[in-house]
Amino acid sequence: MLRTTLAKVLNGAQFSPKNIAVITRAASDQAAKKPEKIEVFIDDIPVKVEPGTTVLQAAAMVGVEIPRFCYHERLAVAGNCRMCLVEVEKSPKPVAACAMPVMKGWRIKTDSELTKKAREGIMEFLLVNHPLDCPICDQGGECDLQDQSMAFGSDRSRFTDIDHSGKRAVEDKDIGPLIKTIMTRCIHCTRCIRFASEVAGVDDLGTTGRGNDMQVGTYVEKMFLSELSGNVIDLCPVGALTSKPYSFTARPWEIRKIDSIDVLDAVGSNIVVSTRTGEVMRIMPRVNEEINEEWLSDKSRFSYDGLKRQRLVTPMLRDSKGELKPVDWEVALLTVAKQLKNAGPSVGAIAGGFADAEVLVAVKDLLNKLGSEALCTEHTFPLDGSGTDLRSSYLLNNKIAGAEEADFVLLIGTNPRLEAPLLNSRLRKGYVHNELEVALIGPKVDLSYKYVHLGDSPSVLEQLVNGQHQISKKLTSAKKPLIIIGSEVLERPDGGAILSAVQKLCAATNPQTENWKVLNVLHKVASQVAALDIGYTPGVDKIRELSPKILLLLGADEGSIDKSDLSKDTFIIYLGHHGDNGAAVADAILPGAAYTEKQATYVNTEGRAQQTLTAVSPPGRAREDWKIIRALSEIIGATLPYDNLNEIRNRLDEVAPHLTRYGTAENANFFKQAEALSKSVKSQIDKTPFDVKLKELQDYFMTDSISRASPTMAKCVQAVIKQKQSKY
Amino acid sequence: MAGNLFRIIKLTKNQPGFLVATTNNVSIALYSGPPPGTPPPQTKTKFGPLADEDRVFTNLYGRHDWRLKGAMKRGDWYKTKEILLKGADWIINEVKTSGLRGRGGAGFPTGMKWSFMNKPGDGRPKYLVVNADEGEPGTCKDREIMRHDPHKLVEGCLIAGRAIGAKAAYIYIRGEFYNEASNMQVAIAEAYQAGFLGKNACGSGYDFDVFMHRGAGAYICGEETALIESIEGKQGKPRLKPPFPADVGVFGCPTTVNNVETIAVSPTICRRSGSWFASFGRTRNSGTKLFNISGHVNTPCTVEEEMSIPLKELIEVHGGGVQGGWDNLLAIIPGGSSTPLIPKKVCEDVLMDFDGLVAAQTSLGTAAIIVMNKQTDIVKAIARLIMFYKHESCGQCTPCREGVAWMNKMIYRFVDGNAKPEEIDMLWEISKQIEGHSICALADGAAWPVQGLIRHFRPELEERMRRFNEQKVRASN
Repeated sequence: MLRTTLAKVLNGAQFSPKNIAVITRAASDQAAKKPEKIEVFIDDIPVKVEPGTTVLQAAAMVGVEIPRFCYHERLAVAGNCRMCLVEVEKSPKPVAACAMPVMKGWRIKTDSELTKKAREGIMEFLLVNHPLDCPICDQGGECDLQDQSMAFGSDRSRFTDIDHSGKRAVEDKDIGPLIKTIMTRCIHCTRCIRFASEVAGVDDLGTTGRGNDMQVGTYVEKMFLSELSGNVIDLCPVGALTSKPYSFTARPWEIRKIDSIDVLDAVGSNIVVSTRTGEVMRIMPRVNEEINEEWLSDKSRFSYDGLKRQRLVTPMLRDSKGELKPVDWEVALLTVAKQLKNAGPSVGAIAGGFADAEVLVAVKDLLNKLGSEALCTEHTFPLDGSGTDLRSSYLLNNKIAGAEEADFVLLIGTNPRLEAPLLNSRLRKGYVHNELEVALIGPKVDLSYKYVHLGDSPSVLEQLVNGQHQISKKLTSAKKPLIIIGSEVLERPDGGAILSAVQKLCAATNPQTENWKVLNVLHKVASQVAALDIGYTPGVDKIRELSPKILLLLGADEGSIDKSDLSKDTFIIYLGHHGDNGAAVADAILPGAAYTEKQATYVNTEGRAQQTLTAVSPPGRAREDWKIIRALSEIIGATLPYDNLNEIRNRLDEVAPHLTRYGTAENANFFKQAEALSKSVKSQIDKTPFDVKLKELQDYFMTDSISRASPTMAKCVQAVIKQKQSKY
Repeated sequence: MAGNLFRIIKLTKNQPGFLVATTNNVSIALYSGPPPGTPPPQTKTKFGPLADEDRVFTNLYGRHDWRLKGAMKRGDWYKTKEILLKGADWIINEVKTSGLRGRGGAGFPTGMKWSFMNKPGDGRPKYLVVNADEGEPGTCKDREIMRHDPHKLVEGCLIAGRAIGAKAAYIYIRGEFYNEASNMQVAIAEAYQAGFLGKNACGSGYDFDVFMHRGAGAYICGEETALIESIEGKQGKPRLKPPFPADVGVFGCPTTVNNVETIAVSPTICRRSGSWFASFGRTRNSGTKLFNISGHVNTPCTVEEEMSIPLKELIEVHGGGVQGGWDNLLAIIPGGSSTPLIPKKVCEDVLMDFDGLVAAQTSLGTAAIIVMNKQTDIVKAIARLIMFYKHESCGQCTPCREGVAWMNKMIYRFVDGNAKPEEIDMLWEISKQIEGHSICALADGAAWPVQGLIRHFRPELEERMRRFNEQKVRASN
């Protein structure tokens, strides 16, 4: 398995381009003891760089961009496209800027005759066998090859052999329902191969054949089995790998791009939503070094077609025959208001995974005004000890980016690869570049890197707390230990005891770095942290006990409660965007907006507040969620004191100021106090083995109301199952 | 790094007197003469034929026993222990004195290459890798050594390994060389049994192992870094340099990669002294060398000769002359298929050594002489070579993958003349666009034959195109 650490400890290998390629955060920490800088000249501009810097990086420091195809700063250096050749004074041959470390006093000429000729030559060679099908190519308009041939290529072709034997043609490969391949366009930069083996940890892609017959592919026809596969579409500098769902639907110059946030997991990846004529055409990642770097998981990228299916587009009421019938907003609101008035304080609310902070606070204010405190989240969390009173107990305290610096990670009852693929890619990065060791308590799953499986028995956790386990020593001696606990095991009846045990375990570790947080909780849904911050009670037990006359479901679709838990005459209101489980049991449906259709606040598992922006308007008569609640409050006569987004955000700011500090993650504190309080937990961990819902790739694609409605995700599940049955 | 070294060599060539004078003053106490590696002044004017007692490879034709007993009779493994005990510095000095240059094609001074390995260690083991992936068309010298004189190579591995402080040697042998690999394996086993290899090799207190690794038949695996990749079990694709193998080689450890012939002559150099070896050939091109003569000669052969022997003499004496007489000669490829050809008028007086052939705009390469007389279709011959390179290109980097295939298409049209005369210049430019822009030297090797053809046979190409177009016009009328 690919792991560069061995070479890294070896002196001679220190400056090999493979190691300087991917600069991890840990490596940058050591900058203090680096040897002194050397001076080089880029087009006669002097620049001081650290030894081992490549020509390309040195040039970037003075703002000179060197063209490249195969080089990518997050992947190992391949140096095979040769587009980055530049002249170095006194060197007879041009050097590959991406791979060549600078030497003292080098004079690099990025604009000389030799450099220009080299680029023009390489460009000509690349175009020799590249089809001129730009008008029908989905990459057209955002193609590196197009752009660079304009900038550095010759203005005419001399490929006379087009009249004789023509160009090379390569058979397309079928690598799954997400990635469309047009292999004739491939320029063999091997970025996709390097991404697959280095970042995704799946050695499915490679080259076969040699010379002009070399092909990038999977050798035998098989699916590219990765939860990060879509990223190769962005990496491909040409149109060889394009998005299958997006193919032939839009051109880059027709679409509008809106920055937003992904809500399909609790990571909060930054995305760009591309729209045309009020329709989401595709979703692409946006660089955020703190969260998703520049990657995006497949569910976040491809389930956007679920936003167009199974949507609730009009208010509905259940009639006397028990059928849901479309009605006007006026009728719906009046009916619901009447019910609410009659119910008095006997009202409850359950927040699902997609609820934004605005609607959460609006519902809370409304119910409080009505005299109810029965505000719950669909996903439970232990309330013993400090419960959700101290934020440190329910956040991924050390942050996502911090995970790659760790030297020992203990995963408890989680499968980060499928629950938070981009956290897992950080762990893998640490494993590959940073000698990170990982141990897992829970079912044996494929994490894309090697780890020690400690079994799925809770007794392992107890042994660890007592310091009797064989890895206890490793955990206590680790300089940067991390314990990541999945929210799923904390949903167990004995979750409080588990959390308390983990808090004890964390207190026993000895991190050597200041502000290093050992305890990390990994949530699965986007709304949970905001809901807990605002003051929702985790879990629906409260609702079961109260059995309120009116239950408001805020997109709660996971079936945490059903009619048998409630009294017969409970009136269920569903406020959400998809006709899923929640809508099926509802008596009234108020259609809300999905995350691409509203400007709303979400807090990710680190406690980082981010906002989505309105990319398209909600379909049909659907409205932004908090506005529906605001309208309802007015009819009831308990008017909420905010009329626009600014005002409701001021209210958010009042409740918890960090909710409106977009982009920053508010640190949690009081670890010691939380640990002290956790000692009061007297319950015992029961013997049931730890389990996770998402074990294999086919479990990953359809987990919530959006992805369940997505035909693309359904195809993925089918393709993965089919691939697993295949003998390859 | 290579650039620097090259400049040093240039300097010594241009100002030998100056350098000798200064170094004399400094190092007189150590060596009573110029330091090793300083070429002796040129005094000799006649080179070759080589006397029998000066031959290194005494069983080149397999007339004698190739196994340990026979090899020892011919002087192999004689006082190897004493050589080893003299130490690494002594061996490297002796090789530097001999002026031995790498026999694999590039001609890098071997003593200097070995001395790169003497940097203070960092705990990593060092390795010697012997490049026995002899794939260059026309070249068949290493296989003669390996099948008829394998103990020369085994002993060479030990001595070279001692010089660079290696823990083990890997002999990467071409997959097609089945019998050669078999003989090598027998020789290695014999050496182990006799105590010459393994723990306490030859009783010198030095531990050394030799392993064989058979390739799978790719020409590119003869490139040193591709060979290293292949030994490691990966696709044979050349690595980027730097880091050079002396820093990061096989399994991430410092490695020296040498040709079979280079390694096999080193025991003899140590036994008979570097100055003996340096007494052959011109300054900076010293030693004896295996020449392969093939093509249109009366007696194709592999022969050991003195460096700097005139090409004509080599062909007349050992090759039995060109078929149809010297005047029937068309052109010669002097150093294996990747070197540019030279026409007859250049062949008349060119000397077969590194500098002599560079002056003739070609290269010594592996010293595989391919003779072509006037019955040859020279364009087709070169086209066939390009087809070989196209087929053997690893496909990793753009100029080689796309450029060589393009050249192949064009030159096959040139065979028929189905092209415009302007395309000759275009082909020249393309070959220049390929040369020096790729990761390894395979692309250079593919570009040079084309350049040689255009340089010397342009009228022939133009004539073919004229004839083809005439025919086309006639056919359309």
